[in-house]
Amino acid sequence: MKVIQNINLSSNIDVSVKNVYKNFGDIKAVSDISFSVEKSKTLGLLGSNGAGKTTTIMMLMGILKATSGEIKILEQDVYKYRNKIAKEINFSSPFVELPHRLTVLQNLNVFGHLYGVKSLADKIHKLSMDLDILDLLKRRVGKLSAGQKTRVSLAKSLINDPKILFLDEPTASLDPDHADWIRTYLEQYQDRTGATFILASHNMPEVERLCHNVIMMGRGKVIESGTPKNLISRYKSTNLEEVFLQLARNDKV
Amino acid sequence: MVLFFRRIYAMILRHVYLFMCSWPRVLELIYWPFLNMVLWAYMSKFLSEHSNIFLMASGVLIASVIMWDTLFRGQLGVTLSFIEELWSRNLGNIAVSPLKPIELVLSLIVASFLRTLVGVGGAGIAAYFLFDFHLPLFGIGFILFFINLLIMGWALGLAICALLIRFGLSAETFAWAALFFIQPLCGVFYPVSVLPEWLQPFSLIIPATYIFEGMRLAFFDGVFGIDLLLKACLINVIYIFVGVSLLLFSYSHAKKNGLLLGNGE
Repeated sequence: MKVIQNINLSSNIDVSVKNVYKNFGDIKAVSDISFSVEKSKTLGLLGSNGAGKTTTIMMLMGILKATSGEIKILEQDVYKYRNKIAKEINFSSPFVELPHRLTVLQNLNVFGHLYGVKSLADKIHKLSMDLDILDLLKRRVGKLSAGQKTRVSLAKSLINDPKILFLDEPTASLDPDHADWIRTYLEQYQDRTGATFILASHNMPEVERLCHNVIMMGRGKVIESGTPKNLISRYKSTNLEEVFLQLARNDKV
Repeated sequence: MVLFFRRIYAMILRHVYLFMCSWPRVLELIYWPFLNMVLWAYMSKFLSEHSNIFLMASGVLIASVIMWDTLFRGQLGVTLSFIEELWSRNLGNIAVSPLKPIELVLSLIVASFLRTLVGVGGAGIAAYFLFDFHLPLFGIGFILFFINLLIMGWALGLAICALLIRFGLSAETFAWAALFFIQPLCGVFYPVSVLPEWLQPFSLIIPATYIFEGMRLAFFDGVFGIDLLLKACLINVIYIFVGVSLLLFSYSHAKKNGLLLGNGE
């Protein structure tokens, strides 16, 4: 099933995906997906394990080549202008770690230079204040708790003031208090900077809270899309989790 | 252009930080070249008391071992610098960043140069002070020999990195073992002429063969074998081209197969 969400070709679109396929040999990981994300909005990618969420995110970041189709980030082809686009995006995932033996400050220094950040010391200081990691700067990343690591990973992902931020399960393995803190910070950050977020998550309340639009993926295809409210009312449910379960029990996601 | 150098600097900084945070890594860097040198220095001393050949050129074994270590540490420096990214599951962060594959290659080479300089340089200085060791042709000649060994080490190191991208850490063994497969062929401690005839053509396609022959020529005859150096340079051009190409190809292949985010322990 092909779902095209009113692709707006004006400059208000930060991410545009058209008829994208990704095959790994005989396996169709992603099959004919199309969607777009407006500037300063958050798109949630939902789906069971193996639904194609991470594959989609990797393609959007330009580190996995699509078999066919077109992906435009900030109005430019993600593969053709990968080096230019890379300066404007960043990502955070608990499954991709920062070097454990380096201190937080050393890690932020390295990535700041990699992204060509100007006034790096000031930038690190500001991020450390914002994310409450000032006291952690001289500690090794490997010695931090899960919550602290998430904040540090977020600091790394914001070091270049990305226009588009990819978040792969940003609150996985965090307790409710830390998870809420991260969500609040992300909301405030988006309000302040106008950044666009692409969020992959299994946490439905989180998606309901953060995402303006949601795409539900199943077996590599987009099987549903819309705003969280819209989906909840369409499926006569009380929350997004129920929508997800309905689709899952119908063997769609 | 400034950003190009800044990104390479960032990657080198990452390795400098790693060594600043981990004294066992620094110790390991110096330990093996130093131990090797001491072992062969005493062996050399013993042999020179019983053999005219070694009496004529008492430093040849120490030179052999220092030059071998240059080759080995050059290769290992590239490979281990890359493996650090896999061990720490950091390759995804690097792949997403603006670092270009060719910049990654250059940063690995510079990191390897620094590692080798500390490890082998330390052993060389120790040999000078402890065993009165000195090279017969100081200056540009031996520097070019060392540079050729480094380039060959880098080329092999990059080829092994290509395997690591393709097969992950299951290819880690190659980092430690690959060069030892070549060691008997390139005549580190003996002339290639002692090898069986059918094996000798294989030696001729290894740049290090000419460097070690050139080193012995310098020690025993006091002659700088410019022809040997040129042959090594020519083959090294091919080696480094193949090494860089393999890594870039492997990186591009990983982009098609989604290996950049998932690689790690």
